[in-house]
Amino acid sequence: MAVKDKDDDALVTPVLGDGMQSDRVKTGPSAVAAYGPHGAGPDPEMATQALNKELQDKGFLLTSTEDLINWARTGSLHWMTFGLACCAVEMMHTSMPRYDAERFGIAPRASPRQSDVMIVAGTLTNKMAPALRKVYDQMPEPRYVVSMGSCANGGGYYHYSYSVVRGCDRIVPVDIYVPGCPPTAEALLYGIMQLARKIRRTGTITR
Amino acid sequence: MTEALKELGSHIEMKRPDCVLGWEITLDELTIDVTPANIAGFVEFLRTDATCRFTTLIDITGVDYPERPKRFDLIYHFLSMYQNHRVRLRLAAREDEMVPTITEVHPSANWYEREVFDMFGIIFSGHPDMRRLLTDYGFRGYPLRKDFPTTGYTEVRYDETTKRVVYEPVKLVQEYRQFDFMSPWEGANYILPGDEKKEEAK
Repeated sequence: MAVKDKDDDALVTPVLGDGMQSDRVKTGPSAVAAYGPHGAGPDPEMATQALNKELQDKGFLLTSTEDLINWARTGSLHWMTFGLACCAVEMMHTSMPRYDAERFGIAPRASPRQSDVMIVAGTLTNKMAPALRKVYDQMPEPRYVVSMGSCANGGGYYHYSYSVVRGCDRIVPVDIYVPGCPPTAEALLYGIMQLARKIRRTGTITR
Repeated sequence: MTEALKELGSHIEMKRPDCVLGWEITLDELTIDVTPANIAGFVEFLRTDATCRFTTLIDITGVDYPERPKRFDLIYHFLSMYQNHRVRLRLAAREDEMVPTITEVHPSANWYEREVFDMFGIIFSGHPDMRRLLTDYGFRGYPLRKDFPTTGYTEVRYDETTKRVVYEPVKLVQEYRQFDFMSPWEGANYILPGDEKKEEAK
């Protein structure tokens, strides 16, 4: 079964353990998806690991500046809390112990000048729109926006209302849309992880 | 409960016949129709009278009946913590009519009256600060009037060239949908969608 011909073959996982076992070979599209025409290109993490394996006994690690910057950016995504309605409660849940966003370095930040990502959580009204834009303008680059819930995505329930903005992307550029009314804390967390993936430009949400 | 309310209604009508146009009890709730002219004095009476003691203002709101000459109904809700009963005052007003404020009697009426002004355009005379309360700065129109379109007249967008949020006339990508909840089995008086060809064939 083992088709192991080279030591650093990425598609072969060595089995660690005793007994009569042979190396597991990854098959099917999932094993090579990242390299196909629809993938996000070769995974730099894999390349780094292979390189590190070679350099392990030499006593230093190697990475690129881009990877290092991305690692830092995705590792401390402080979000600007823009809680406008019921979605804000789910946003709070995300940072509470059950989902514990802080294990990813994702934490609420009250000041726009010290935050990286703005989560628009709730119904954005006409009266609030200039304030939202002002807060967004105060954020330092690079800045990202997560639109949370139906109302922020496209007006939602209040789409035909006289006082509601039909989607917060009319006011600020949005990176990630999280659907739901309101989205669960889990969904928002997944959305933020998707944002991290977008920043890294890899095909996976693993870090 | 209803007996006590009947007593209360007749008591109020007897004491203030100049203000009360009529009263009724529906669903165990007392509603009094009142004249706009002396509303503040009447509310003052309701607050101080020993059998009433309506010291708590619960809400002020309005209703729009476009077909009536006296277009608006103003609704006041009061609660008496002392006597444990509630009352509703109903006051009809024309579109161009000013209603006296009750902020002298109940300071909490200040924002309620501002909200009613915001939503219906009824002006309260003698109000200390008659501005809009909820709608956008520079908003035009009165949203809870029946002739106000649900989508309003303007919508906002951030303009990249002028670097600010701008107002534009409403442009809907998808038309406003009127949902029809009438069951076709219960005698809908129109041709059902999909039945047009059948009707033509006849």
